[in-house]
Amino acid sequence: MKITIDEDRCVGAGQCVLAAAEVFDQRDEDGIVVLLDPTPPQELLAQVQDAATRCPALAIEVEK
Amino acid sequence: MPSMDRIVVVGASAAGLTAADTLRRGGFTGTLTMVGDELRLPYDRPPLSKQILAGDWEPHKATLRPERDVQSLALHLKLGCRATGADPVARTVTLDNGEHLDYDGLIIATGLRPRRLPFGHDLAGVHVLRSLDDALTLRAQLLARPRVVVIGAGFLGSEIAATARGLGLDVTLVDVEPTPLARQVGSEIGQLVAETHRDHGVSLRMRRHVTSMTGENGRVTAVVLDDGTRLPADVVVVAIGSTPATDWLADSGIPLGDGVLCDPTCRAVSGVYAAGDVANWAHPLAGGRIRLEQRTNATQQAVIAARNLLAGPNRALPYAPIPFGWTDQYDTKIQIHGWCSPDAHIEVVDGDPGSRRFVALYHADGKVVGALGWNSPRALLQHRSRLTEHAAV
Repeated sequence: MKITIDEDRCVGAGQCVLAAAEVFDQRDEDGIVVLLDPTPPQELLAQVQDAATRCPALAIEVEK
Repeated sequence: MPSMDRIVVVGASAAGLTAADTLRRGGFTGTLTMVGDELRLPYDRPPLSKQILAGDWEPHKATLRPERDVQSLALHLKLGCRATGADPVARTVTLDNGEHLDYDGLIIATGLRPRRLPFGHDLAGVHVLRSLDDALTLRAQLLARPRVVVIGAGFLGSEIAATARGLGLDVTLVDVEPTPLARQVGSEIGQLVAETHRDHGVSLRMRRHVTSMTGENGRVTAVVLDDGTRLPADVVVVAIGSTPATDWLADSGIPLGDGVLCDPTCRAVSGVYAAGDVANWAHPLAGGRIRLEQRTNATQQAVIAARNLLAGPNRALPYAPIPFGWTDQYDTKIQIHGWCSPDAHIEVVDGDPGSRRFVALYHADGKVVGALGWNSPRALLQHRSRLTEHAAV
């Protein structure tokens, strides 16, 4: 699995952190997404897909 | 339970598209039809009052999914079609082109229609903002550097005022409440929102009703307030809330109230689920029925509604989210988890309102019912667990 994020779209909602805290964090100053692990293990796929779905800015792309 | 071979999704915005996506991911291989009353591919609404209105984004950037992704869902896309009726006994949906769609499962995601004033909307220059076309039409007018009056200082009206001011326009924001966002976050925090708008040069007219508009040659010239004030205006935006788009279901027998009335699993009647702005459901932890006009709810509820439709009523799960919403105005980002009720007691738990960077908890009935972050996204998330002490996610 490979994750790419579009910082320009990110609105700092933090929904990705709620869905997959092992993979996503936020910058302190503006809440923009920080990708902790761009190639997380396959067992996190459901959580990562949940993060991508929940993101209100569609800023997360997941390649299986 | 009847077999599930044909599913119709009415509504082609965030909730409708997410429902379709979830159905395919959930293994539904039958006929999937999505009906949308606009000709455009599904697009996102939060950018309309901000990036699109400001001109920072080209319109196509608001598209929810690239065309190839939408195509990969193998949808029968009926765009530019309006659903005019549904029969949950015969299990059909009727379209304005006369077509009848038979379904085994129906997901209603028709969203909202902007509320209008009983006057003024026949005048040129008077706008509402709901669709991408609305936003582009309004933007074209703003380029002529008009004097702008925004009626309604909720999330949408406040954002439109901020965007118009960001374009350097002369902007007046009117509301019956004592502050902007008073209904959404209470007037204590609303006071800070008012100051933010004033600091940026917006003229605020709070606690004022609009009584009429004047026009000349069919074009608006002014907005008249209940104290007699006449606000000269070249463009007026009416942002006084919305109503669920359920008129097409009026004779369907599907239970309607403030939206489509659903049980805790988002089911309205057998085989019919609702999601997004239009869905009114019995939230298992909120102490009653709620309806959320929030972007994150559109997708989360659509996921649950679609899964529950596939699972069947005996295996359906209740939908009990902690609501989340946000607004971006100027360089201010306000985010809300839970319910920031206007009558709740506010406790600042992080940062300082004076520095315009803080987190506040909303207390009511001895519980934390809401958390609000002002330019504090990451800190806010740390405090969200205070809400989960009282409610499941």
